[in-house]
Amino acid sequence: MNLSPLHLCLLFSSALFCVGLIGALSRSNAILVLLGVELMLNAGNINLIAFWRYGPAPAEGTGILFVLFAIAIAAAEAAVGLALVIAVHRHQRNIRLQEANRLRG
Amino acid sequence: MSAPAANPLPLLERLPVALRDACTNWLPESWRWLANSLLSIVAVFVVFATLFALLTLAERKILGRVQNRPGPNRAPLPFLGLRTYGLAQPLADGIKMLTKEDIVPRGADRVLHFLAPVALLAFSIMTFAVIPYGRTLLPVELDAAVLYFFAAGAATELAIFMAGWASRNKYSLLAAMRALAQLISYELPLLLSVVPVVLVAGSLSTSVIVEKQGAWLFGILPQWHVFTPWGFAGFLIFFVAALAESNRSPFDLPEAESELIAGHLTEYSGFKYALFFMAEYFGMCALSGMGVTLFLGGWQAPFPALGFIPSYCWFAAKLLALLFVFMWIRATFPRLRIDQLTRLAWKFLVPLALVNLFTAAFWVLSAGWAGPLAFARWVVAGALVIGPFLALGRRLSAGLGPRSYRYA
Amino acid sequence: MSLAFLLIAFLTVATAAVAMALRNLIRSALLLVASWAGIAAFYLWAGAEFVAFAQVLVYVGAISMVVLFAVLLTRPSRDEAEVTPASAGRLLPALITGGAVLGVLVGAIVGSPLRTTAKPPPPVTVREIGLQLMGPHAAALVVVGALLTVALLGAVVIAATSRPADPGEPR
Repeated sequence: MNLSPLHLCLLFSSALFCVGLIGALSRSNAILVLLGVELMLNAGNINLIAFWRYGPAPAEGTGILFVLFAIAIAAAEAAVGLALVIAVHRHQRNIRLQEANRLRG
Repeated sequence: MSAPAANPLPLLERLPVALRDACTNWLPESWRWLANSLLSIVAVFVVFATLFALLTLAERKILGRVQNRPGPNRAPLPFLGLRTYGLAQPLADGIKMLTKEDIVPRGADRVLHFLAPVALLAFSIMTFAVIPYGRTLLPVELDAAVLYFFAAGAATELAIFMAGWASRNKYSLLAAMRALAQLISYELPLLLSVVPVVLVAGSLSTSVIVEKQGAWLFGILPQWHVFTPWGFAGFLIFFVAALAESNRSPFDLPEAESELIAGHLTEYSGFKYALFFMAEYFGMCALSGMGVTLFLGGWQAPFPALGFIPSYCWFAAKLLALLFVFMWIRATFPRLRIDQLTRLAWKFLVPLALVNLFTAAFWVLSAGWAGPLAFARWVVAGALVIGPFLALGRRLSAGLGPRSYRYA
Repeated sequence: MSLAFLLIAFLTVATAAVAMALRNLIRSALLLVASWAGIAAFYLWAGAEFVAFAQVLVYVGAISMVVLFAVLLTRPSRDEAEVTPASAGRLLPALITGGAVLGVLVGAIVGSPLRTTAKPPPPVTVREIGLQLMGPHAAALVVVGALLTVALLGAVVIAATSRPADPGEPR
């Protein structure tokens, strides 16, 4: 089993992705779930940079552009998600996800 | 640090790099890069730590003189008893800070309480890496140097939150939130005022930006960015935003004594307080250094005839001039309230910085205009700078007329 | 593989794992910020300097602020930000799911022969990134700008208080 550097980078990003996944699935605080989702997005970005670095045409910069757009969109998603968390807190006074299970407040 | 490839520079110019090479030439090739980098880091840190000590004294002396009093002039040298007109004051302050008891509140988060000044100082020192101090004195040559500078500066805001939260003091937390609001608000004019410089220079690298300002108009007038309409407006916006980013008066709400004692620094004493203080002065020096690099021509001499003076002396002179203006402003203006300073940032500086970007774009597009059109170019650019400034200023200060006092 | 990469990878995954497991929400957020900084270090190791600085500027410099403000605004008591740890009923299925996903991914990665270039890549300069952004990808840039504007305006509208403003408030 010969692991090239690309394999090791992908294993690193898979480990980070699964840490984020476990965190998002197991915690009941909405903010921690959002942080888990952010970790998963970052793991995806690591994949893109790993393939850019070890891919056939790294001078093109496509991987870098992809990651820049992904960082921008993740930032927008984090802002909206945390605004929603604040709105939920205003409504039910805590942010336990089990209690945010009604369509009509 | 790069060495020149063409004809050798005069001796004074080459002196710092020659000294560094003399210290590391005996090392094998593979270790030389590491030793050079370490020496550069040590040199930058020593220079700016000494400058910090002298700046604390200079600030108190300048404030004193503006307020018609002598300032500190009594601290004697230890064991010698010589009065030195206040030059030993930083030494006395340092000894005091080091020997004070380090108090941590009982319920405070000890790890975060310890980490906050460390993180703040670390990121502040990291911003010194991309400022070109001389023709051959750039510690790290980065392609995206300006982005690195502002990224390291943005990371310092996290340490302020850590300081406010870890103190377990609701007033510290409140003051940390206000400080963060101020820093976030002024980051936008700071970055937006730098974008026209990057637009005109065509690069994010600080060494390229300084070299682009190296020409002289008609052989004698320096073509620094500050001497163009968009550069002048950009420099003023950058300067005001730098005042606010380093928590200096008149934006020193986070650390003023009449505002929640010392804001997020209330529960810090002794050496940790000295570290916060040092980080604030380092931030001031780094922002001034970046302002000199981006707008005032960096290490370029103002007239070609004065080119015999080494480049790092010119940089030091410009840096000290900017720092003097920082202190002069502190002595002159009253403090702004939190709503006033956020209003200034969002409603005044950000629109002006956006218009400035448009002005710089016009300047670049009209670079080919010559003769009488060159005069028209200056007039149009000047109108684009002054018009919105006057219009916005009038609109925002409508209703805030001159005060009329009634003496009871 | 180089020691630097192993160190960066270990620190990033370790800080992220501890961040997901802690009770203290502030420490959790700050450890996650440390893992974002570790990811920026990975980008620097891989030679993508622009992305590394953008990661620090956006994540460590801005998103961390948003997360910390949200934590402070939604904490249960005035002095602390403790949350209940993951109960066994939620943790076990999460671990099983995460473990299964990890197994599938690792199996896929180790089992697939990936071609890699031998030599280090030529560095992509900021100038090329700028030319690409303003040339072929200009439409995407405009769309991302519009998306960011809409998202942040929406976030402000959602998070702002629903009280009607007093007429005496200074504007």
